[in-house]
Amino acid sequence: MSIEPSVRVEDKLFYNRYLVDAGRAHIKVRPHTTPSPELLSMLKACPARCYELNDKGQVEITVDGCIECGTCRVICEGSGDIEWSYPRGGYGVLFKFG
Amino acid sequence: MIEEKFDAIVVGAGMAGNAAALTLAQRGLKVLQLERGEYSGSKNVQGAILYADMLEKLIPDFREDAPLERHLVEQRFWMMDDRSHTGLHYRSDDFNEEKPNRYTIIRAQFDKWFSQKVREAGATVLCETTVTELAQDAYGKVIGVRTDRADGEIHADVVVLAEGVNGLLGTRAGLRQRPTPDKVALAVKEMHFLPRETIEARFNLRGDEGMVIEAAGTISRGMTGMGFIYANKECISLGIGCLVADFQRTGETPYGLLDRFKRHPSVAPLIEGSEVKEYAAHLIPEGGFKAIPQLYGEGWVVVGDAAQLNNAIHREGSNLAMTSGRIAAEAIFQVKSRKDPMTAENLSLYKKMLDESFVIKDLKKYKDMPALMHTQSQNFFLTYPELVSKAMQNFLRVDGTPKVEKEKTTFKSFIKARSWSGLFGDAFRLARAWR
Ligand SMILES: Cc1cc2nc3c(=O)[nH]c(=O)nc-3n(C[C@H](O)[C@H](O)[C@H](O)COP(=O)(O)OP(=O)(O)OC[C@H]3O[C@@H](n4cnc5c(N)ncnc54)[C@H](O)[C@@H]3O)c2cc1C
Ligand code: SF4
Repeated sequence: MSIEPSVRVEDKLFYNRYLVDAGRAHIKVRPHTTPSPELLSMLKACPARCYELNDKGQVEITVDGCIECGTCRVICEGSGDIEWSYPRGGYGVLFKFG
Repeated sequence: MIEEKFDAIVVGAGMAGNAAALTLAQRGLKVLQLERGEYSGSKNVQGAILYADMLEKLIPDFREDAPLERHLVEQRFWMMDDRSHTGLHYRSDDFNEEKPNRYTIIRAQFDKWFSQKVREAGATVLCETTVTELAQDAYGKVIGVRTDRADGEIHADVVVLAEGVNGLLGTRAGLRQRPTPDKVALAVKEMHFLPRETIEARFNLRGDEGMVIEAAGTISRGMTGMGFIYANKECISLGIGCLVADFQRTGETPYGLLDRFKRHPSVAPLIEGSEVKEYAAHLIPEGGFKAIPQLYGEGWVVVGDAAQLNNAIHREGSNLAMTSGRIAAEAIFQVKSRKDPMTAENLSLYKKMLDESFVIKDLKKYKDMPALMHTQSQNFFLTYPELVSKAMQNFLRVDGTPKVEKEKTTFKSFIKARSWSGLFGDAFRLARAWR
């Protein structure tokens, strides 16, 4: 078996330009004690690794690196686990190439 | 509230929205286009292959100033296992024609150019404005939009929803369902910069000639998905996408998949020494014909990815977006010219016209493909690529084994992996879905 070098998403996001709307997160995780399977799957499925587990085993989101793909909305909005919207006009990720 | 009332508001300045806004403005309608990005294109992600025919219908002389990368003279299809690929390549000098049919483009730059044409045609384009809601009257008729700007309600006779695959506004207003994980793919993509000469040497290109590679196989780890490598002038677009439901099921990470694709022995030498300048992700509608929602209603129409108009088998989306945007605009213009109101009944003209176009005809042709690919993903994306690779090696290696025995080995490996009925069943199902 070959050893897979771990991929650091943070390094990838570093290439991108963002205009962060400080204090106004466009995605919010509903407070919970135990995360649902949907929410847990976001730890892996989010392409910007915005979702992380805190030391209490709850899923948290930091939206600064979000590339606004909508994957978490597709997986988690239906179960009520998250509230999802776009950033305010002009904020968020700014693709130079796309 | 902005007191001014518009003939039409177009939400979104992507391929569909720009086509709609341009056509409406060209026909003399008073158009307002709203886009949440800093400029048209700043939120948009594509491979990207541009199909000239659909753009020509909107801007016949686009070749004069559009930011085009390379015209395609070669297409490669790769079936990959972990260490090999089996390729089908098509290259023709016929594609070096006066008006080439396909080009690579860079969406953020292309959309900026397209948006300029929309402005020149007379539309008002307002960027950095997120539409938060549709404004509806007491009967549910759409009468305009609300935005995140102060006093942000704006009215129009009709709203063209060109908001892309997520289609947030339509869902919020109850016009259609949110896309489900089995109906959309998540694609991640990087831009790799290299000197022009290096790209031309590596891909066997001269001048502005271009080539694209579409890849499938074990790179998607048994998920329904595809990889792509597109040559631009001074950079290579490289990405991979798989169904969201498959990511959810397998726990694979999108960036892990992308990096494995980059490290594949067939891919790594192509991008060696490149400088990565961007990492992007975007959803792609994959549900095909059966996922198309209601396309019109009281005071609204929906176009492009928001209407799931995407042909995943042929990797066509932007052309369906442009065409649906143009057709919706033409239908609106006809209703307006007759001085009729923008009711659902009158706007059904849009669907009628779209049904007659290649957009719906093509999607109908492949209506059973998405389901087939999704239920058989293990076979189509893991088992067959590995079998084909083994068969090719067996065929090519000269090791003293008599050819008859070699053929038997290959034959047996196929039967062992899929059984007679499995093989016939797959072939039959594929043929039927393709028909
Ligand atoms: C990786 C990848 C590769 C692809 N490759 C190809 C290809 O090679 N060829 C091809 O033809 N197609 C390809 N496609 C598909 C193609 O990109 C889409 O079909 C096409 O972009 C759809 O156009 P659209 O205008 O409907 O949506 P988009 O281009 O996504 O535009 C939607 C616009 O609406 C704006 N918007 C959304 N919501 C709001 C709101 N609430 N308020 C204001 N603005 C809003 C967005 O910012 C955006 O500008 C690819 C897609 C991906 C992801
Ligand atoms: S929208 Fe996409 S990038 Fe942003 S948090 Fe959700 S999954 Fe991650």
